[in-house]
Amino acid sequence: MKSAVRIVSPCGMLGYGFPKESFNHAFDQEIHGIVVDAGSTDAGPHKLGEGVSIVSKRAVKKDLQIMLAKGIPNKIPVIVGSAGGAGARPHVESTLSILNEIIEEEGYHAKIAVIWADFDQDYILQMQQDGKIKPLTENIPVLTEEVIRETTSIVAQMGHEPILNALHEGADIIVCGRAYDPSPFAAVGIFHGMDEGLSYHLGKILECGALCAEPGTTKDSILGTIYPDSFTVQSLNPKRTCTTTSVAAHTFYEKEHPYFLHGPGFMLDLSECTFTEVSTGVIKVENSKYVPSMTQSIKLEGARKTAYRTFVIAGIRDPLLLANIEEVEKEVLEQVRNYYPEIPKEDYSINFYHYGKNAVLGHNEPEPFRGHEIGVLFEVLAGSQELANSLCANLRSTYLHYGYEGRKSTAGNLAFPFAPSDISFGPVYEFSIYHLMEVEENPFAIDFLEVGKND
Amino acid sequence: MTKLYELAKVLRSKNSGPFEVTMDVLFDQKAVYERVKRSNAVTKESVAKAYNINLSDIHHFVFFDPALGIKITMAREISSGTAGDRDVYGAQQHAPLMNIDVDGE
Repeated sequence: MKSAVRIVSPCGMLGYGFPKESFNHAFDQEIHGIVVDAGSTDAGPHKLGEGVSIVSKRAVKKDLQIMLAKGIPNKIPVIVGSAGGAGARPHVESTLSILNEIIEEEGYHAKIAVIWADFDQDYILQMQQDGKIKPLTENIPVLTEEVIRETTSIVAQMGHEPILNALHEGADIIVCGRAYDPSPFAAVGIFHGMDEGLSYHLGKILECGALCAEPGTTKDSILGTIYPDSFTVQSLNPKRTCTTTSVAAHTFYEKEHPYFLHGPGFMLDLSECTFTEVSTGVIKVENSKYVPSMTQSIKLEGARKTAYRTFVIAGIRDPLLLANIEEVEKEVLEQVRNYYPEIPKEDYSINFYHYGKNAVLGHNEPEPFRGHEIGVLFEVLAGSQELANSLCANLRSTYLHYGYEGRKSTAGNLAFPFAPSDISFGPVYEFSIYHLMEVEENPFAIDFLEVGKND
Repeated sequence: MTKLYELAKVLRSKNSGPFEVTMDVLFDQKAVYERVKRSNAVTKESVAKAYNINLSDIHHFVFFDPALGIKITMAREISSGTAGDRDVYGAQQHAPLMNIDVDGE
């Protein structure tokens, strides 16, 4: 067993970019893994549903070029977690094509492990019927056959086990489909015989890049070192530093509970953790406990298409309109409905958002409106893009010219920033599956590819 | 009258998965954290009131001494990115928490 295992996380999201100097600075010492998280559900269900990414291919390539330049020649495994953003097949394939491009351009040779995280509807349906699937929290509905059939893209978050297999097989590059964010990091520590609790807790901190430093950012590199009884975290950029507070606080980040973290097949108990500064900017963490679960469960994520959207953004400055805007919008809506009596009301929905008034918190907004201007956004959601476009065009022209009670500005009600004013958005998705599924054994399929020149 | 945001080092909100939003209130001095904790101004009840939500919508409410922080996790009315959602990342849901009066009743 190694006395120390060092993992560098270049940035918090593959394609976010990072200073090359920070990253390269890590290699003044022996490094055992270059690991980057590429995924998140934060940006909503659209990328999983549509098979697209929220970072550009150009940016992903830039980041991977810098990572491979250190990984390939030095035989340090490069691991990408939740490839392409959502970790479904199209995301993994697009990441593979970028990797192949770099490998060819640079004349590398690499053994690539690909770990798939996709699950088909029939399998999920069977598991649902066997009572193996349950909602993650109480505000998530129980799955039905209809929902599963409509959910065209389903993935599950992998733990460290399949990544460990890839490391044992000597993969130079590991492309993971959807993974529990800390798993690809934890796999490196566990591969070298380190404690699971420390490995996962470190993974939880590293997966956001330098967000655990001060000033925090996802766009910079961070170094983690696991020892037999502790781990340390430190910034690789002299402009940032880790403190006991910044590292402890990051343990909190985007998790539902401050010291119980649920992962695939285990829970991390961080209630007894201590955070100490062992030398300037080097924070030592101890007592992260890995508690295996009684039953092995993985988290499923699925997206289904619910509608097509067309929307308009405009400004409203007229105080007479602002004073009665909700009432006016009700009347505008009524007029649109009357214009299209042949379209059933249930086939579409129309929403208004008033930026400057209550657009962010909606009906939970406690502050009274005091502004003199708002940005209004209105959207039409319908079963087809054509229907959404048609309804939105009528809604926009009705709103623009609507003669509300007491109106003086008889030329128009809306200030459009753009021409054309109506934006065809495309499909809208929802997370239709966000459930735990009980599994008996590792269900993630793995493929190995030999890529590049042999010499 | 001291508002919570005046005492906190970090006061933020973020998705914790697509169906929950979590708020973190973090302090950089133990004394300040203890003052807020002792004041009983930040409770499940006061948060529910600030957000105009039911107590049962608050899934976790925890004071975590080692990190000098408070974590509050609530149910989302509409899941992230679904039609009708107003804050896909849940990043601007912290504002009502900022004005909780720590010295008040």
